[in-house]
Amino acid sequence: MSIMAEPSAEGRFGEFGGRYVPETLVPACQELEAAFREAWSDPTFVTELDDLLRDYAGRPSILTECHNLGAQLGIRLLLKREDLNHTGSHKINNVLGQALLAKRMGKTRLVAETGAGQHGVASATAAALMGMSCKVYMGAVDVERQALNVFRMKLLGSEVEAVQSGSRTLKDAVNEAMRDWVANVGETHYCLGSVMGPHPYPWMVREFHRVVGKEAFAQCNALLDGPPDVVVACVGGGSNAIGIFSGFVDTTARLIGVEPAGGAAVGRGVPGVVHGMRSYLMQDEYGQVQEAQSISAGLDYPGVGPEHSYLSSIGRAEYPAVTDAEVIEAFKMMARSEGIIPALESAHALAWIVREAPTMQGQVVLMNLSGRGDKDVEQMMEILG
Amino acid sequence: MSASTPTSTDFGTMETQFRAKRAAGRKLLVPYVTGGLEGWQQAIRAAADNGADAIEIGLPFSDPVMDGPVIQEASQRALDAGININIIFDQVRELDVEIPLAVMCYYNTIHHAGHERFAHLLDAAGIVAAIVPDLPLEESGPWCTAADAEGIETVMLAAPTAPDERLPRIAARARGFVYSVGLLGVTGERTSLAASATSLAGRLKAITDVPVLVGVGVSNAEQAREACLIADGVIQGASVVKRLMDHGPEAVGDYVAEVRAAITF
Repeated sequence: MSIMAEPSAEGRFGEFGGRYVPETLVPACQELEAAFREAWSDPTFVTELDDLLRDYAGRPSILTECHNLGAQLGIRLLLKREDLNHTGSHKINNVLGQALLAKRMGKTRLVAETGAGQHGVASATAAALMGMSCKVYMGAVDVERQALNVFRMKLLGSEVEAVQSGSRTLKDAVNEAMRDWVANVGETHYCLGSVMGPHPYPWMVREFHRVVGKEAFAQCNALLDGPPDVVVACVGGGSNAIGIFSGFVDTTARLIGVEPAGGAAVGRGVPGVVHGMRSYLMQDEYGQVQEAQSISAGLDYPGVGPEHSYLSSIGRAEYPAVTDAEVIEAFKMMARSEGIIPALESAHALAWIVREAPTMQGQVVLMNLSGRGDKDVEQMMEILG
Repeated sequence: MSASTPTSTDFGTMETQFRAKRAAGRKLLVPYVTGGLEGWQQAIRAAADNGADAIEIGLPFSDPVMDGPVIQEASQRALDAGININIIFDQVRELDVEIPLAVMCYYNTIHHAGHERFAHLLDAAGIVAAIVPDLPLEESGPWCTAADAEGIETVMLAAPTAPDERLPRIAARARGFVYSVGLLGVTGERTSLAASATSLAGRLKAITDVPVLVGVGVSNAEQAREACLIADGVIQGASVVKRLMDHGPEAVGDYVAEVRAAITF
């Protein structure tokens, strides 16, 4: 059985996961779980989603070898190009799956949280495509630093609400989206953007992102003799990492999930319960959830998906952290050496590779380039002057 | 998880009192006050002096997903003032009120402290019950075991979305009372009582003899009266906290007296 199998009936990966939600949402989670289980085993649904991923999102995404950077670092560096998907990141995989499922369940409205805006844009896109209404909750701080994506969502017909509570970033956007779901649970589907939240979300979102790992595994097989030595992805909630890990978890490849130093849930957290799940969580001595601090809005999250906590606890994946300064250097390096501007989130993965390259000489390193950096250019313009 | 209904001798302090008062024809009134908010101790004394049957003390949490803007703001104010559970429990010991005290807290507060330790902290502070809005039946086992062992009554919530088969299981696990969630949504004041409030209370009354109290969206004396036509009582949250923040503890006493009068049939 794969290490990344279906969670237990209670939605647990080892001792992580579960369904810690207000009573109002328990039936909705149960209904969603049953609907997903049924749809995921229905060839009609799977084919419909595959067609959308191919004809609308542009899958499969290609594998690019970075010859220049590879030579510079003394490694063989491969990029899984999720940045080339429609809407610019891996987020579209999950969103098309959930929107299709929501429609099948008879829901007419989506709510979503977003950090950097990539999941919000993807949700707004899917809603426009499928004729559903959509409301996206985004922390007021993030609305400020990701103005372009805010406008993009509005252009796609979604309502965007700037969340003013708490730290006014991603975690508070999740709270507000959950409050909306509690109030409108009949017609609304909560289109959660990562492998987090109450069961069945961590499992369902992983299944929708499995396509990344599946493609990458086949692409690596065609290019190499076996799996790569190392598979690297950035981790906020952890959806792009789960996607690519799923293709290699049962191989010999090292799995590396890179967290921002200011939001290192696995690295610095202790188990806690928030947003419907038990997982590693940055919290103070009284269990108050701490605010993450990172240059990238998409990784500004004090928790992490429960399956990552599990993979860490059994020693199957490692979760190092990189600093904002290292990320900025990596961001510039990829642009100059390869002509690819990465999302600041994805630049975390490269920052770790650059730092650790001396210990990986001659090895094959596969990195998930989870998104493109267009959305970050304005912010970087300010930082770099 | 044990789902057996306790026999009459097993009832905790709060449930024993609530059942006796109900038998005497009294409707139950439970005001909610955010712990650590300026004037909160005086507000509790004022509520107790003006007809409250128990007090729900909210433990401020960074991510209160079941709470609307009023209680969110109250929580944030308390946290910004440096409040924590040690300070709150110390101040609870100074309260000296006759009626039972319960806490409303999000599960991470318990999880972080440790189930047994948290139950012991409540008991040591003289708190008899706990309401945990993000701990549904399926996840409640470890906490309920620890709470039962310490004699802490765990109030279970029931929501309008619950199918019929779920309600008896919730009621069987409830100690103290069943918290009948008045509407689909978070805490906060509404202009009218949702139809779901009385309808769920009626469904619960039909299947359990545990006291049924309606909370969330019961916003004034008139709505409390309407809810009490069916339910055994009401919880008053945002309307109390708003008065405390805007006008101070005396306003809480006046308001509790007003609601008490309205639910005295």
